[in-house]
Amino acid sequence: MTAQPSSPSPPAGTPAIQLMSATKRFRTPNGSAYTAIRDMDLIVEAGEFCAIVGPTGCGKSTTLTLVSGLEKASDGRVLVHGEPVSGITPGVGFMFQNDAILPWKSVLDNVAAGPRFRGVAKATALTSARDWIRRVGLAGFEDRYPHQLSGGMRKRVALAQNLINEPRILLMDEPFSALDVQTRAKMSNELLSLWDLTKPAVVFVTHDLEEAIALADKVVVMTAGPGGTVKATFRVDLPRPRVVQEIRFEPAFVDLYHQIWETLRAEVDKAYVQTTGSAVAS
Amino acid sequence: MNAVTHGADQATAGSTAATGAELVGTPVVTPEPSRTRDVRHGLVVHGLQLAVLVVLLGGWQLLTSTGHLDPVLFGEPSGIVGRLQTWITQGTSIGSLGQQITVTLEEALIGFLIGTTLGIVSGIALGRIKLLAEVFGPFIKVLNSIPRIVLGSVFVIMFGLGLESKVLLVIVLVFFGVFFNAFQGTREVDRNLIASAAILGASKWQITRQVVLPSAFTWIIASLHVAFGFALIGAIVGEFIGSQQGLGNLIRAAQGTFDANGVWAAMVIMAVVALLAEYLITRLEKRLLRWRPTQLSGPDL
Ligand SMILES: Nc1ncnc2c1ncn2[C@@H]1O[C@H](COP(=O)(O)OP(=O)(O)OP(=O)(O)O)[C@@H](O)[C@H]1O
Ligand SMILES: [Mg+2]
Repeated sequence: MTAQPSSPSPPAGTPAIQLMSATKRFRTPNGSAYTAIRDMDLIVEAGEFCAIVGPTGCGKSTTLTLVSGLEKASDGRVLVHGEPVSGITPGVGFMFQNDAILPWKSVLDNVAAGPRFRGVAKATALTSARDWIRRVGLAGFEDRYPHQLSGGMRKRVALAQNLINEPRILLMDEPFSALDVQTRAKMSNELLSLWDLTKPAVVFVTHDLEEAIALADKVVVMTAGPGGTVKATFRVDLPRPRVVQEIRFEPAFVDLYHQIWETLRAEVDKAYVQTTGSAVAS
Repeated sequence: MNAVTHGADQATAGSTAATGAELVGTPVVTPEPSRTRDVRHGLVVHGLQLAVLVVLLGGWQLLTSTGHLDPVLFGEPSGIVGRLQTWITQGTSIGSLGQQITVTLEEALIGFLIGTTLGIVSGIALGRIKLLAEVFGPFIKVLNSIPRIVLGSVFVIMFGLGLESKVLLVIVLVFFGVFFNAFQGTREVDRNLIASAAILGASKWQITRQVVLPSAFTWIIASLHVAFGFALIGAIVGEFIGSQQGLGNLIRAAQGTFDANGVWAAMVIMAVVALLAEYLITRLEKRLLRWRPTQLSGPDL
């Protein structure tokens, strides 16, 4: 599975992801341009777990689409492993904000899809798919169709579907936001242990600051849109391995939480005023 | 075998405690999925359908036998049954009945297969490749807006009274419905699914085969029901315009001799054929769309 069609490995120390004053403008239906992100600078090291938080509409998903190559930056540079992004970036996994597993394929075929697309022999692909299905805790559900699964199980399928490709970069767009609190904590722990297996660089978008701090090595706070950009970056030096449910009671965690929340709150309020047109009493 | 037991283990693992309790305590009565109610419902539906038929056919028979309608012009159910009987036992004026049905079906089926294949392929191609859509879009719109049934005459003149002219007419009739559905279905595919497949490493062709085609199939299959109806119409009209055999020819012969019962009898045969085809298409639909959620078991919404 290491047969990625990507370039020879870059010199050690090259960041996995570099955004250099990346700007993305969208054409709106009335023909004018809408700047989703403006002059965004971001560096994610290889093997680093980076969480992005920010108010709704600030351009978090847009940032991920730039890295994956699904959208092209209007200005600035986007580098992955030191190479400019053009077309779909190989070696990147992407868990979308909405479900994107194929409804007409069984769990097994969904998970095996990546290797099959890349021309891995069917038997090999299925064996490795079974492994990953077990690892994400779905053993016994191989033959189900997505509509026969719960929301949490579908997220697990999407996770296995991406991890089976052993991506060097994993982009996750609010992957657990639709789950209940307990399932979410459980999946966060599982994500951390799976991440430990192959150590991809992760960019994890979330609205939940607790989740961000509990998971990440660094938390990036974005400014409110339009033209969202990085407002501040916080390093999270809590020891690993972490247990997501327990870590939030540690004093270091609480301190960090307050610090980041101060930064984030201003942006959330700004976004709220913009979208509702009303002043916030806070 | 191994896999089966494994799956069963998984399924029961969570409910071991419950099973244990059941063994000791009183058995839990789970409401039986209401088989009997389904059967009764089916009987009611079929009963009502039978009643509608009896009223329609009985009324028709009554009106003709009491002299309100002229049976020579309007035909009558008993006469239609009689005509079917003679056709089956003694053959028709232009040969055995089986042969006429075979000829018509052959034309309809060949045309249907070619027409739907062309429709699906070009619908998906134009849906996926923007340049093709821009170039051919206007042509297809114009072709679709002309009364294509008239082409039947053109084809008979060009290709004669045989199979080819009918098959061509069927293709022309079937193509457009399937094409537009395949095109629209391709356009409606969830962009997210395409993006996700591309990220997982799918090539353009793999996306078309494994994402676009299955997704568009819901649309395509919906058009197949109508398309088969058009295929039969195409074959019959083609034969009606010019042929030596087939149900259309039979109808024309019956019309020529003021045999209303004969026309109706041919129509009954066509209806049976259409129903059979409809049944087969529905079977195909169920098989291909297995992945779709079943209906909710709650109230009708
Ligand atoms: N294809 C597009 N065309 C036009 N505008 C777009 C498009 N995609 C995104 N936008 C706009 O860009 C802005 C940023 O969108 P984005 O989806 O990145 O936000 P987000 O930070 O992910 O928000 P959320 O947290 O709600 O998911 C939004 O205002 C959105 O309306
Ligand atoms: Mg988003």
